[in-house]
Amino acid sequence: MRRITRTLDGQPGETGQLGTMQPGVTLQDRYLVLGTLGSGGMSSVYRGRDLHFPNVTKLVAIKEMINPASDPTMYEMVVRNFEREADLLATLSHPSIPRIYDYFTQDSSSFLIMEFIEGRDLEALLRETAEPLPEAQVVAWAIEMCDVLTYLHNHQPQPVIFRDVKPSNIMVDNHSRIRLIDFGIARIFSPGQKGTMIGTEGYSPPEQYRGEASPAGDIYALGATLHHLLTRRDPRAEAPFSFSDRPVRDLNPAVSPEVTQVIEKALEYDPHDRYPTTEAMKNALLAAARHTGLLVSAKTAAVVQPRSDVQELWSFECEDEIRGGPYYHNGSVYVGCYDNNLYAFDSKSGEFQWKYPTEGGITGRPAAFDDLVYVGSEDHRLHAVTANRGKLAWTYYTEGPIRSSLVIWEGYIFLGSDDAHVHVVNVSNGRRAWRAEAAGPVRSTPCVAEDRVYFGCETGDFYCVDFRGELKWRFRAKRAVTSSPVIVDGVVYFGSMDWTLYAIEAEGGWQLWRFRMGKPTISSPAFSEGKVFIGCADNNIYAIDARSARESWRFATEHQVTGSPIVHEDSVYVGSVDGSLYCIDMRSGRKRWQFHTGGPITGTPMIAGGIVYVGSIDHKLYALLA
Amino acid sequence: MSFWKRLFRKTPRPSPDLAKTAPLDGGILGQAPPVRGVRRMVLGAAQSTGIERTHNEDALFYMIGRADGQEPLPEFGIFVVADGMGGHRSGEVASAISVRTVARKITADTIVHLFDAEPATEAPSLQELVQEALEEANLAVVDRVPGGGTTLTVAVRLGQQITIGHVGDSRAYLITRDEARALTRDHSLVQRLVELEQLTEEEAALHPQRNVLWNAIGQGANLKVDVFNQPVPHGGYMLVCSDGLWGTVPENEIRKIVLGASDPQTACDQLVQAANGAGGPDNITAILIYFPAD
Repeated sequence: MRRITRTLDGQPGETGQLGTMQPGVTLQDRYLVLGTLGSGGMSSVYRGRDLHFPNVTKLVAIKEMINPASDPTMYEMVVRNFEREADLLATLSHPSIPRIYDYFTQDSSSFLIMEFIEGRDLEALLRETAEPLPEAQVVAWAIEMCDVLTYLHNHQPQPVIFRDVKPSNIMVDNHSRIRLIDFGIARIFSPGQKGTMIGTEGYSPPEQYRGEASPAGDIYALGATLHHLLTRRDPRAEAPFSFSDRPVRDLNPAVSPEVTQVIEKALEYDPHDRYPTTEAMKNALLAAARHTGLLVSAKTAAVVQPRSDVQELWSFECEDEIRGGPYYHNGSVYVGCYDNNLYAFDSKSGEFQWKYPTEGGITGRPAAFDDLVYVGSEDHRLHAVTANRGKLAWTYYTEGPIRSSLVIWEGYIFLGSDDAHVHVVNVSNGRRAWRAEAAGPVRSTPCVAEDRVYFGCETGDFYCVDFRGELKWRFRAKRAVTSSPVIVDGVVYFGSMDWTLYAIEAEGGWQLWRFRMGKPTISSPAFSEGKVFIGCADNNIYAIDARSARESWRFATEHQVTGSPIVHEDSVYVGSVDGSLYCIDMRSGRKRWQFHTGGPITGTPMIAGGIVYVGSIDHKLYALLA
Repeated sequence: MSFWKRLFRKTPRPSPDLAKTAPLDGGILGQAPPVRGVRRMVLGAAQSTGIERTHNEDALFYMIGRADGQEPLPEFGIFVVADGMGGHRSGEVASAISVRTVARKITADTIVHLFDAEPATEAPSLQELVQEALEEANLAVVDRVPGGGTTLTVAVRLGQQITIGHVGDSRAYLITRDEARALTRDHSLVQRLVELEQLTEEEAALHPQRNVLWNAIGQGANLKVDVFNQPVPHGGYMLVCSDGLWGTVPENEIRKIVLGASDPQTACDQLVQAANGAGGPDNITAILIYFPAD
């Protein structure tokens, strides 16, 4: 037995006989009803004529409120409350407040006779226009609103709190001046709410639901009203108190930052954080108006730091581009280079230890296990060399260039090859355990978890095979999957050239969600604290909530992000083709620092012992303090 | 539990009196011993109009399945609870239509495709489907039950993940030995106030406007659907229920009943009893799923 008492489009709910006084009815032998202006809740407003002015048509507004009480004592109480409120209204005198001429109670209704205002309320105005209301106009109204609220809040002997500032209670008359209507007197007549309902006030401050009414509450509601007018987003259709989720300038970039700031301050959750008075808010609005009137869209230019504020420990220049990521193992850092060599350095000092020549470019990240270091090369081979000297132990041939990075798991090396296979090779002797076929070159690094291997290929097919190489499931992206998957809590995440980040259920291969980016990606995702981080050729680094697929933040670099992010403590590290390595706060997406190299960064950084290692197309490997 | 332990474990003996008169205990019936290591999720469901209401405006739907053999399908299931609102019986129609719309959409667009030999290339994601299903339900209610509305919480299990779609103030709970945690966020005014620390949980439970929702199916445009994923809680339970349960029986009590019962069906029956025992002010619906440990 739940009831809907109000629907969002403002239709009256299942209430009494409202708006039913027909034109021609005369009240108190004086007020002739001419028509209905509106009705809602427990009250109706009619256009009427005062017959005491027989020679002219003096229009009045007649507000009718139905007394729902059936019990005589209750009925009397409602009438007494009504009269007290009406008396108060009658004493108010302000150009923005309609005058009260008369009031009376007749049968089960109470009536208020008020000044008739030619014009429209702001809700009607919003409904009838499609374009955003001009900022200057809204600010002018806001200043008038502050004036009338200041008058009410300073009323003697007791301040009057309006409690219900919203577009439908603000009229704009034919002189474009605002008038505050509906002093909540109808509230006396509303029955207690029972049962579940849809729809909230939208404009009311949080503290009002604790029963607190103060000038700060009117300031909040005014802020909410201004937000609605400038953004055209109806707060009654949004989560309550969620204005901060919809910044004014996101929805209407034409609004000045100054005015936005005033609105945001008025909308603070804590009443103490808002303007202390409507006068203070008016002054802030005036200042903002003056300021914006003088300076036409003067954007403060973003200050670009020319040089990084992070400490470089050492760097080493190789003979060609470093495209892949470095690998740390037992005090040494290994990195492959496009000059065909695998390099080894002391991780602390950067001292060169050895280099081992393959016969092709190296694009992937090496791996190491015990005293062997492994690297794949475009010479089709996987090379195993000794970690201390760089002497060849064995090689393993595939039938195409190797561009994927290597993964070591349970004594086996997993790697993809352009020969359209994933190869699984014994770490100690270089013998093949098995290989799994794909529809095209495999440049994505396989991901191994719980007896399953996951990898993408250049045709857009994505595979899950078991530890014998038998296919468990296959998923099809629309374009190549070069990005390497990660698996967390039974979900596989990877990006594709089809502009999408996918989340796939790991057991059966069902697509749980997909997140569309602005361009293709070959960046591999990283996961931490429920967020997936991935770079994209649209220049951004994205943080996506893994449960809901919602974007938590994005960070824009100045060029494509083809490298992959890594997470260390509460920072995300990622290189960009703009030449910088970025360190970004994982939770907020704010930049901690940026380190410039002399060329694009396409590989994935590595962190060990508090040091970040990253290679750059400028031929150098850098070691930085994380 | 090991095979040997399972063979020799003590079964609780019913007291002699009960043994004479009582029908077979639901626990014994519900807990078929695992056959050849096959383990499955176990489900219970119960519903009651409650004490104070004359109509039942809640609706529920569930379906579970799996396939074993040469081409096995990991377990799947759909669980839906809706709680209608609106006068002149429109609440019960709204919840019924919504549940049917959502169940139909998800069955047609996901469950049926489980039996396809080749995966579809252009298939939307599960989260998108769940989102669309709730949006379709919204349109159906707006179209056919003007003035009616409903909450709706749906959980779709496929393999090791549960995709949850949610609108309103019915809830999905995760229940383990340690906690009963609501996975869904109520779309109610008081919940927002609690989130903003303007009300305490205790104040919210008694607030005169605690039944005011800001988001429900049937409200027309601007429907906001929460969709998210949850890994299958192995060794734990998921409870999907209407506010007739969670608003009446405290969470720790719910958890005690769930963990104490011999099987999910008994637990659901006891949950409904507990809500009615506390006055039964509203319709009560509960679906409880147990996910066996690995």
